[in-house]
Amino acid sequence: MGNAENNAIDATVKRVTDAFGGAVAIEGAGELTSIVVEKGKLRDLLMSLKTEKDCAFTMLTDLFPVDCYGQEPRFEIVYLLLSLDKKVRLVVKTRVGDGEHAPTVSDIFSVADWLEREAYDMFGIHFDGHPNLSRILTVDDFEGHPLRKDFPTEGYGFDTPFVVNLGGETT
Amino acid sequence: MGMKSNILVTSVDFAVNWSRKNALWPVSFGLACCAIEGLMIPISATYDISRFGAEVMRPSPRQADLMIVAGTLTKKMAPVVRRIYEQMPDPKWVLAVGACASSGGIFKTYSVVQGVDQIIPVDVYIPGCPPRPESLLAGFIKLQEKVQKESMFDKNRRLLSLTEGKA
Repeated sequence: MGNAENNAIDATVKRVTDAFGGAVAIEGAGELTSIVVEKGKLRDLLMSLKTEKDCAFTMLTDLFPVDCYGQEPRFEIVYLLLSLDKKVRLVVKTRVGDGEHAPTVSDIFSVADWLEREAYDMFGIHFDGHPNLSRILTVDDFEGHPLRKDFPTEGYGFDTPFVVNLGGETT
Repeated sequence: MGMKSNILVTSVDFAVNWSRKNALWPVSFGLACCAIEGLMIPISATYDISRFGAEVMRPSPRQADLMIVAGTLTKKMAPVVRRIYEQMPDPKWVLAVGACASSGGIFKTYSVVQGVDQIIPVDVYIPGCPPRPESLLAGFIKLQEKVQKESMFDKNRRLLSLTEGKA
């Protein structure tokens, strides 16, 4: 990673800390710089990163939660951003507790629609304002959220026979 | 049962079963790696499943007699397998190919159905992970033997109506 890229990240970090002050914290440095933001300011931060003139992070490459089981707040949602102009990446994180809701970013980055559905399906995190927050990977009548650390590997009701759900069709 | 197994019935049974067992057209349902081993290799020249009259892999269930379920059945895929099975005309048979299709295999997890027999009736289970092509042919011949023994006046024959949850 060259100097130009590092400078672009440093400039972005400086701009973000100036603008958001106490709402953000900076972790790591260089290529691994991540900005931890309060969930209330998440949408503002992502919007400003996306529309920033010098180094616009126009692409959300991934969105995933981490279950820090036993810690408080329990979940960390990670947003991986990419600036196609400057070819640099930035990590934005926000933390939500068990049962708390996170704001949706699906109107800022449309890819977040399915990524947030996956996050909801696997971790049970609700995203306020999401247009269609339903399960995406597991079956519709699935019980629980499989990637939570306290989810049993076999799932719930493993010993009872599997009942196939044909979606209300009579066959 | 009104009809007895007299000389006429058994003769018709023999002829019907003989023609059925030697023209089992499979609908291939490849779900995972067993689809390579269990479905594609037996068609190849080395193993040549057409020796047993089953080389006509149908892409449509409506033209098939035999469903070869090869691979891991996930809960998400289960309604599709069940629907394809129900679209097949009677009489129909099912081969479960591989450990996953037979019992869930190594996947003792929340996402995998522990054997396709939980959603459709299975005639022959072929073990292996994946099974050798010879195993599949052996299972197929086993199924042919089973077809030959069936009778058209067997009340339970192929009229298996699965009630939900009771496979």
